[in-house]
Amino acid sequence: MEYKEENYTIEFNHVTKTFGSHTVLDGLDFKIHEGKITTLLGFSGAGKSTILKHILGIYHPTDGHVTVLGQELIKMSEKDVRKFRTNFGMSFQYSALFDSMTNFENVAFPLREFTKLREEEINAKVLSLMEQVGLEEHAFFKLPSEISGGMRKRVGLARALALEPKIMLYDEPTTGLDPITTHMVDNLIRSTHENNAHIPMTSVIISHDIAATLRISDYIAFLEKGRVVEHSTVEDFKKSENPIIQRFLELSK
Amino acid sequence: MKNPLLSPIAGLGSFVLNTTPALGRITIYMYHAFLWFFRPPLRTKLFFEQMVFMGNKSLFIVLLTSSFTGAVFAYQIYLGFTAFSVDSFVGPIVAIAVCKELAPVLCGLVVAGRCGAAMAAEIGSMKVTEQVDALEVMGVNAIQYLAVPKIFATVVTMPMLAAIYMLVANTGSWLIGTQLLGIDEAIYFSKISDFMNLRMVLEGLIKAGVFGYLIAIIGTYQGFAVKGGAEGVGKGTNMAVVWGMIIVLVVDFFLTAILAKLL
Repeated sequence: MEYKEENYTIEFNHVTKTFGSHTVLDGLDFKIHEGKITTLLGFSGAGKSTILKHILGIYHPTDGHVTVLGQELIKMSEKDVRKFRTNFGMSFQYSALFDSMTNFENVAFPLREFTKLREEEINAKVLSLMEQVGLEEHAFFKLPSEISGGMRKRVGLARALALEPKIMLYDEPTTGLDPITTHMVDNLIRSTHENNAHIPMTSVIISHDIAATLRISDYIAFLEKGRVVEHSTVEDFKKSENPIIQRFLELSK
Repeated sequence: MKNPLLSPIAGLGSFVLNTTPALGRITIYMYHAFLWFFRPPLRTKLFFEQMVFMGNKSLFIVLLTSSFTGAVFAYQIYLGFTAFSVDSFVGPIVAIAVCKELAPVLCGLVVAGRCGAAMAAEIGSMKVTEQVDALEVMGVNAIQYLAVPKIFATVVTMPMLAAIYMLVANTGSWLIGTQLLGIDEAIYFSKISDFMNLRMVLEGLIKAGVFGYLIAIIGTYQGFAVKGGAEGVGKGTNMAVVWGMIIVLVVDFFLTAILAKLL
């Protein structure tokens, strides 16, 4: 499928978010392209996680509008927001697997909660997802605590993909992983995105890892003090004359 | 420089200011938890799992404390009453005290210590490892999934534990009173039937259900309120036990007064 550049999945229009006297997002204008991987880069406290929480409808803007898949979550009832969230898949920083369930049950969880599939169909779907993310067979019925961090990432990703989300969110997907596992997770994000292009899936990543960002992203948005100061393709991002971005790029070499 | 006359007032003000928002938050939480009781899906599997969990955690201690409480209580009353030749009242006194007060209160303290702490620790550790966020992001209400089955199971299980407590404590009392201290068995039971009635048992069971609700509300609330890492989970667990026990003892007084009017 060919994506038109003017198609946007997520739109932030003049969004301001304040907590008491502290302004986290300051009149943010920002659009995320449909079917592409967009990475949010920036210093700690720049507002990256706040953006993610606005997309999910956990936070609502103090001022301005956030539109996701053409809808404003602030106008929805709590019940509708919960239903709407099945459009999202989220890969957490430390996987956030349910530690009382096996890896298999973790992946089956959203299917059991939100679909009327029969148990045999769920089993088949879970096995296919685990295969898609490259999870080794011996890990299927182990508890999350019995497998490595990299394996947990794979299980978390399989769980996030279970309901075929239109939007995949990744919260610092490679934090705390060794370089080889980091590379593996990067490839997994890219391949997941490409394998699900039929949906089409929009991926949003929060990251501090600029090398990985350059490798896997289609677009990069750089945040500073609650505003997007640069939002461009990877190639254009590399050519940015913004001194802070130049410094970021230098440090990544 | 601090004014020594004003500092107790400032301390009281600070206590009120800190406590009021917490009371507000827990009241709102109670309201939400109550609403989610009646909304589908009903998680019967989780409910029964929680009941089994509570039984496993509490039954042995309830059996142990109830048997010895009944026995010791009977022995103490016998020692006091025998001086006035009214030792035949051992049975009804133990039965009334156990059914109306000791069974619900001591079961409440046991469950607050064992299960309230476990609830706070489980939900708290899920909170700090983002498992609660994962539920919410998937569109699953964390209160409904994690708290409601626990609360419902505690409300149902507590009266069962209290009933077991009543039965075992009275058996202990009967054993000591009639088999060891020589109170006539027929008199023992006739005095119980003279002074005891089913309303007293009902009062104990209602109290146990109310204590169960409050213990589970506090335990799960403290779990969701956990902040930080392992230290936060430890604090939350400790708060769940302390407040669970305090609330059982305080509410017992008011509940006794209310039930005395109603029953």
